[in-house]
Amino acid sequence: MKKFSIQDLNVRYSDDNESLRKVSMEIDSNAITVLFGPAGGGKSTFLRVLNRLNDLADVKEMTGQVLFNGIDILDPKLDVIDLRRKIGMVFSRPVPLPLSIYENVAYGLMMAGERSKKKLDNAVESALRQAVLWDEVYDRLTSSAYAISGGQQQRICLARVLALEPEVIMLDEPTSALDPVSTSKIESLLTELKEKYTIILAPHNVQQAARMADYAAFFLMGELIEFSSGKDMFLKPIDKRTQDYITGRFG
Amino acid sequence: MRQEKRKSDIIISSVIKVCGYSSILFVGLILIFLLREGLPALKDVAFSTLFSVRWYPIEGYFGILPLILGTLLVTISATLIALPFGIGTALYMSEVAPRWIKEVLKPVVEILAGIPSVVLGFIGILVLVPFFRKFLDLPTGLTAFTGAILLGLISIPTIVSVAEDALNNVPPAYRQAGLALGATRWQTIWGVTLPAAKTGVLTAVMLGIGRSLGETMAVMMVTGNAPVLPTQIYALFRPVRTMTATIASEMGEVATGSQHYQVLFLIGILLFVFSLVINIVASAVSTRQRKRSERVLS
Ligand SMILES: Nc1ncnc2c1ncn2[C@@H]1O[C@H](COP(=O)(O)OP(=O)(O)OP(=O)(O)O)[C@@H](O)[C@H]1O
Ligand SMILES: [Mg+2]
Repeated sequence: MKKFSIQDLNVRYSDDNESLRKVSMEIDSNAITVLFGPAGGGKSTFLRVLNRLNDLADVKEMTGQVLFNGIDILDPKLDVIDLRRKIGMVFSRPVPLPLSIYENVAYGLMMAGERSKKKLDNAVESALRQAVLWDEVYDRLTSSAYAISGGQQQRICLARVLALEPEVIMLDEPTSALDPVSTSKIESLLTELKEKYTIILAPHNVQQAARMADYAAFFLMGELIEFSSGKDMFLKPIDKRTQDYITGRFG
Repeated sequence: MRQEKRKSDIIISSVIKVCGYSSILFVGLILIFLLREGLPALKDVAFSTLFSVRWYPIEGYFGILPLILGTLLVTISATLIALPFGIGTALYMSEVAPRWIKEVLKPVVEILAGIPSVVLGFIGILVLVPFFRKFLDLPTGLTAFTGAILLGLISIPTIVSVAEDALNNVPPAYRQAGLALGATRWQTIWGVTLPAAKTGVLTAVMLGIGRSLGETMAVMMVTGNAPVLPTQIYALFRPVRTMTATIASEMGEVATGSQHYQVLFLIGILLFVFSLVINIVASAVSTRQRKRSERVLS
């Protein structure tokens, strides 16, 4: 079953450049789909379309069709709050909310109206365990989420998403501000999580893209140049521009 | 070349030092002057007189309680009025308003902040005072409430512009993170943006209180200036007299060094203490926050 099915997606911000042009692709569940390409290619824009976070940016024009579980999510009447609970997002720099560790992880559920302390406690613990963070923070859940390392903060942000039991997890350069050890922790975490979730990842370099990709999409200047399985993409890319970028011959 | 650079460095840093020290010096001198002129009141005027409820200096009644309570009544009510409007407007401007409204509102607020208070007092007399007399059916429209409204209006622009800056400085990533978790726009504002801007918003509130506390002309013009001890809630709708208004209206006709003169300076000292307390509270709150963020960086 395809989680997302995207047809002819065009996005233009108010600067009038086509940040996405005629992008069509399908995204499988229980797999990691990697979006990669040079800066400004439209990867973040693409992700923000999927959870409608682009509603905040000054988008001038957005056309095409994006189906999520068969439902058109570009429909202006769609309940975006509900959509965003199903499609979690982790950002490039860890952005813990100005709250305690516990509250950060419970935030989404509390905003969704969950009041039962017991349910919250359970959800927080299970999310922190999934993010392999429980052992590191269980004794200081009430301290500020800023009082831990950057790698831990990023996993808090992941746990915060997991606590909502989403269907999809999107990560926009999640390890770009992290050291190699924290990076590999997150990467192995994602490989485990794909058993349960649909994962869309915009890595911050080609190596990570190659390591993580079940499927890979190469974005260049708003265009989807090539889309294939990870193996095909990184072993025998078809398009000349993809080859150049992967082998590092790109300007 | 390098030598010269050093020299200009030394000159610049000593100029800056002189500026810094001299401002400390001025504040110190003012304080010493205040204390020298005001403290003798504690010696020359009996405590029982000073802390009585009657202010009638010509006959030797120097009860400052009505003035203190008058100031507190007007300032606190003004703050209660200004707080929701000020923070609400700041939130609207930074979080809700479309860009063009924001670009119009911002200079408007700054202009409002710069209107001399005499002008506002004048508008108060012409508009607010008759309105309240008629509308609330009062013997006079010159009341503590009128003063509070006017002071509220005067301090709102200060609160708005400082609080709005603080909210604007919250990284957009916070809002995105809140929204991406499925929080509504309002939940994000209340649960994420506002807490993240807490220090700056508090500073705004403190500055607003400071502004009401120190305001003289406008209050003098609309509060009726009757030094009556406000004891009950309806005192809000009766004339009062604030500390600042007392100093401003009586200092001109008092004999230097007389008891009356000393007591007026004593009132000045008290005002100084009040605003000092506000500042200390504000900086205590914000340094506690800063300490926390320093821990984050280490
Ligand atoms: N909020 C916005 N308003 C206007 N233009 C934007 C906005 N966000 C992105 N753009 C433009 O859209 C284009 C694609 O940007 P996007 O951030 O999606 O690229 P990206 O592939 O994520 O790049 P990077 O690797 O640097 O993160 C860029 O030209 C950028 O200038
Ligand atoms: Mg990006």
